[in-house]
Amino acid sequence: MWLTRPLQERSTQLFLGILFMALLVVSVLHVALPEGHALHVSAYTVTLLGKYLCYALLAVAVDLVWGYLGILSLGHGAFFALGGYAMGMYLMRQIGDRGTYGDPVLPDFMVFLNWQELPWYWYGFDMAWFAFAMVLLVPGALALVFGWLAFRSRVTGVYLSIITQALTFALMLAFFRNEMGFGGNNGLTDFRDILGFNLRTDEVRLGLFIATGIALALGYLVCRAIVTSKLGRVSVACRDAEARTRFLGYRVERVQLFVFVVSAMLAGVAGALYVPQVGIINPSEFSPLFSIEIVVWVALGGRATLYGAVIGAILVNYAKTVFTGVMPDAWLFALGALFVLVTVFLPQGIAGLLKKRRKPIDVGSGPSQPATAAEATP
Amino acid sequence: MSIMSELANRDQVFSFLTPTDSPVDVRHGPILYMEDVNVSFDGFKAINNLNLTIDDGELRCIIGPNGAGKTTMMDIITGKTRPDTGSVWFGSRHNLLQMNEPDIASLGIGRKFQKPTVFEALSVFENLELAMAADKRVFPTLTATLKPEHRERIDAVLETIHLKDLRDHPAGILSHGQKQWLEIGMLLMQRPRLLLVDEPVAGMTEQEMERTADLLTSLAGKQSVVVVEHDMGFVRSIARKVTVLHQGSVLAEGTMDQVSNDPEVIKVYLGEDA
Repeated sequence: MWLTRPLQERSTQLFLGILFMALLVVSVLHVALPEGHALHVSAYTVTLLGKYLCYALLAVAVDLVWGYLGILSLGHGAFFALGGYAMGMYLMRQIGDRGTYGDPVLPDFMVFLNWQELPWYWYGFDMAWFAFAMVLLVPGALALVFGWLAFRSRVTGVYLSIITQALTFALMLAFFRNEMGFGGNNGLTDFRDILGFNLRTDEVRLGLFIATGIALALGYLVCRAIVTSKLGRVSVACRDAEARTRFLGYRVERVQLFVFVVSAMLAGVAGALYVPQVGIINPSEFSPLFSIEIVVWVALGGRATLYGAVIGAILVNYAKTVFTGVMPDAWLFALGALFVLVTVFLPQGIAGLLKKRRKPIDVGSGPSQPATAAEATP
Repeated sequence: MSIMSELANRDQVFSFLTPTDSPVDVRHGPILYMEDVNVSFDGFKAINNLNLTIDDGELRCIIGPNGAGKTTMMDIITGKTRPDTGSVWFGSRHNLLQMNEPDIASLGIGRKFQKPTVFEALSVFENLELAMAADKRVFPTLTATLKPEHRERIDAVLETIHLKDLRDHPAGILSHGQKQWLEIGMLLMQRPRLLLVDEPVAGMTEQEMERTADLLTSLAGKQSVVVVEHDMGFVRSIARKVTVLHQGSVLAEGTMDQVSNDPEVIKVYLGEDA
């Protein structure tokens, strides 16, 4: 089975081992030690770590398309947010008549807007299986349509980056509108239950944290299975010499489309796990800045390694938490400085440091000029 | 309009009656047949009433001064450039003008570019693996596993192109000549019927050139090979039949001796005053 093949790799075993150890240690320290103990992990920290893991999964999704396929998506925040909205809609429907206005069907913001009935696209979101399916299908469908149009016309490189940026910006503007039926700029919030469990208890928060860890493990495994397959090598080929790959008989646009859709779905899952943990989803997740930040995480961690993306996402967001606590105004400067320093001194990111000690040759470590460099000369 | 002309054109069967997914038919001799092909770029006629036939198993050299349309001709055959008029057939069944690049490639036309483009981040072995004739759709590629007979084929090609020792090294570290061979190896992995080789010895040392000549002549017979080359010494060493292109059409065709004694060819190569 191609999906379980990466389990035989040492790097994957190591990654999964560390991840599950971390999940275990955090859980034990949270549950077993009494509050006030020096090593006790508070519920707040557990949720914070869960958030980091969501970001890590998102970064893995971006690394899959950027590192291995050479598509610099500056709009992956859109897929993340759509997954988040799908989950948010489910959580809204779970509130039932416990909302401020007590309407059994309509979420509060709809009552506030004097809407009489549920818009058609909210149907079905009271059922968990439907909502969870939408978490995958909505970002996947958007990526399919968008990617089909873009890759079929052979839009790549900077132009593709710009239109992904435009995509997420357009969605942000759309979701800001109250008439869209997604809560306007307040977004969806005031969640209570998930699958019948109270979201505000520590146990459920820990459960969500563990679920996120497992999702990250599965997402990593899926990506690893793709990049170690022949298709992964074809992706690298598309990244480095698109025209050449086409002459070998591969349909480059379909390879790109497949990987892009898988990546969008993973981003959707990350968003869906993010929302119940932070308790809100609003259009700011669509903001172009957020999508650029994701790319910075991946660049810092090291492209085309997958585990580098995880390291980058966790480190940058940890630094963000610390910095914005200590001196909020300095954070953006710190992030900018970090980005510049890593680009100059560690072009392969943090993963590049780790890799230096290991075997010198790796599939993803080669130079990746844009496809134009390898374009056939007339 | 095209339907009307199709109906009126009764020297062929209707195009919808010709099977498209059938094997290449070379019973009538030629594997490649180009007739009255014209291409112009912004008014410049790159290809001008070009007529060319390549027989099955033939090794053909195409020479010509810069701008004679050699590379444009290859672009047309591989589907990269669409001609304005004319017809291009592969065997007697496949109209190449109605096919796209991947389809033409999987039909059995392999092309080596002027500038070697190998996948530098992938190993030599992986470069050949990707080039191997196989089901190249997305899902079969995702679940593809390398069978022992595939490994054997790749190793055999590695032997042919003298890169066995560099099997697991990234292609980025290869020398220029080695990259050229790797490209030829990648073409061989596709099991092509027709190999288009664009300037195989550009930038090679004498020794490398000799090896390349051996390699190409050993391929002819099993495959049809079309070589575009500037280096006259090299062409002389491998050529059986030479076609001279000039200003987008065929100027002369024959053995190297016939061609090099042709007054027209001498005029084109040495200038008007010769």
